[in-house]
Amino acid sequence: MASSFNLVALKTIWIKECTRFLRIWVQTLVPPAITMTLYFIIFGSIVGERIGDMSGRPYMEFIVPGLIMMSIITNSYSNVASSFFSAKFQRNIEEMLVAPVSTSVIIAGYVGGGLARALIVAVIVTVVSFYFVDNVSINHLGILVLTVILTSTLFSLAGLINAVYAKTFDDISIVPTFVLTPLTYLGGVFFSVTLLPGVWETIARFNPILYMVNAFRYGFLGVSDVNISAALAVIVVFNVAFFITAYTLLQRGVGIRS
Amino acid sequence: MKALSIQNLRKTYKGGFEALKGIHLEVEEGDFFALLGPNGAGKSTTIGIISSLVNKTSGSVSVFGYDLDTQLVDLKRQIGLVPQEFNFNQFETVRQIVVNQAGYYGVPRHVAHERAEHYLKQLGLWDKRNNAARMLSGGMKRRLMIARALLHEPKLLILDEPTAGVDIELRRSMWDYLEEINKQGITIILTTHYLEEAESLCRNIAIIDHGEIVENTSIKRLLATLNRETFILDLSGEGEQAVKPELEGFTMRQIDDHTIEVDVVKSQGLNKVFDQLSAQQIKVLSMRNKANRLEELFVDLVERGRSNKSAAGA
Repeated sequence: MASSFNLVALKTIWIKECTRFLRIWVQTLVPPAITMTLYFIIFGSIVGERIGDMSGRPYMEFIVPGLIMMSIITNSYSNVASSFFSAKFQRNIEEMLVAPVSTSVIIAGYVGGGLARALIVAVIVTVVSFYFVDNVSINHLGILVLTVILTSTLFSLAGLINAVYAKTFDDISIVPTFVLTPLTYLGGVFFSVTLLPGVWETIARFNPILYMVNAFRYGFLGVSDVNISAALAVIVVFNVAFFITAYTLLQRGVGIRS
Repeated sequence: MKALSIQNLRKTYKGGFEALKGIHLEVEEGDFFALLGPNGAGKSTTIGIISSLVNKTSGSVSVFGYDLDTQLVDLKRQIGLVPQEFNFNQFETVRQIVVNQAGYYGVPRHVAHERAEHYLKQLGLWDKRNNAARMLSGGMKRRLMIARALLHEPKLLILDEPTAGVDIELRRSMWDYLEEINKQGITIILTTHYLEEAESLCRNIAIIDHGEIVENTSIKRLLATLNRETFILDLSGEGEQAVKPELEGFTMRQIDDHTIEVDVVKSQGLNKVFDQLSAQQIKVLSMRNKANRLEELFVDLVERGRSNKSAAGA
């Protein structure tokens, strides 16, 4: 009884979330395709041809997994952050708070929405990449899928935590601008971290996004700058920490109950 | 069975504002109950706590025997809430809003669609089912919130100012609808600023002011305590000239050439007023209460409570 009730509630939140980003597809699905096309043209075709190989692969091929991962990170984060904050702002979050929906189901529903958008965007970016790369091979499908799901879940949770604390729309753009974008650019999307000199390589290895990009690249190309087991462990640990944080915040009603 | 039982409920907000100072309140199953009070009295805080949108500081709340602290899931299933502010997603369609709300209560989607059709038709919103909520008029938005609150078929419906900003015709049709569902067995708790609404719909009443219940009784009993009423009389004398009656034993104020305002104490009765006017060859064309009877009592109770407090403070 309780499980079927939770399943209905979860399905409802998930459908609502998917309906939301599909309704505004011009804002949610088209921009990543345009941005990534520009990255492929500028960094891949124009600059990439002069760079040559990276980690034993043509540069264009090397950046494909990183760019797909970048889209997954930004889309799962922004989907949940903007949707949850809008629900807070318009007060329709109260629709869920007055109902007997458990905190875990609310989190799972929003994360499911972020995951769905991230996967659709990942497919779009992958299809775009076919135009620029002759041969997109998949070396380890299991690791690829696992990394996508774990990373998308992690950044959906991060977006949710951001939205819980946010008081204005500006507050949900601060983290992507000042934290997410720099970490993504420095997370080995466009270069191998082994190219960095001594201490900078050590510092770069504290960036969690480096592990996600490399685990995903390993799934695609079979090459990585980091140990894959360590990379997956880092992503799992962050997932657990972010879920506990999100759960505690919602359970206490931070930002949503007076 | 008690539909609602509140014992010693207190709420102190961050910053120290004490919104509720230990209130006790009980509502019987099947009742149509009014919770009245001036702005900032604690009505919305009380409703917020019952519907778990506001965390209480102390005290206990139970709905149909389910305790807020220990049986929250069961308690939430009993309640349908119509809040004061529009709190739905303005970009979703009318049908999406009600069907989703049912889903949060575990109502399967196909059942939710059937119920959505039923309630949206009853509330005159079926034609608008595919419209975005932001396109609806104020009255339609109010009815949408009622439909949304009913979709999981609650036993207790709480309405916080449900007819605010609604025109008189629509307000009366909403009253009829609420009376109808109350007859079907749904307990209703209503807060309103239209005291006429409370007087015509509700059987029992609580008046809250400054976080304390200052009166809790039946509307009939409360109205029986009304000792004085003020009537406005439209008069006609001979021809078009001004009518200036004299009423012995009554306090009277001349409003204009053909209108007077008379204070009538219950023991005096109105007959004496009519007798004196007839004796002066003055006809009464029409007569009405200056204010709603409940409004007079409400103002009186709230003012009395405040003057008692200032006296105690002095």
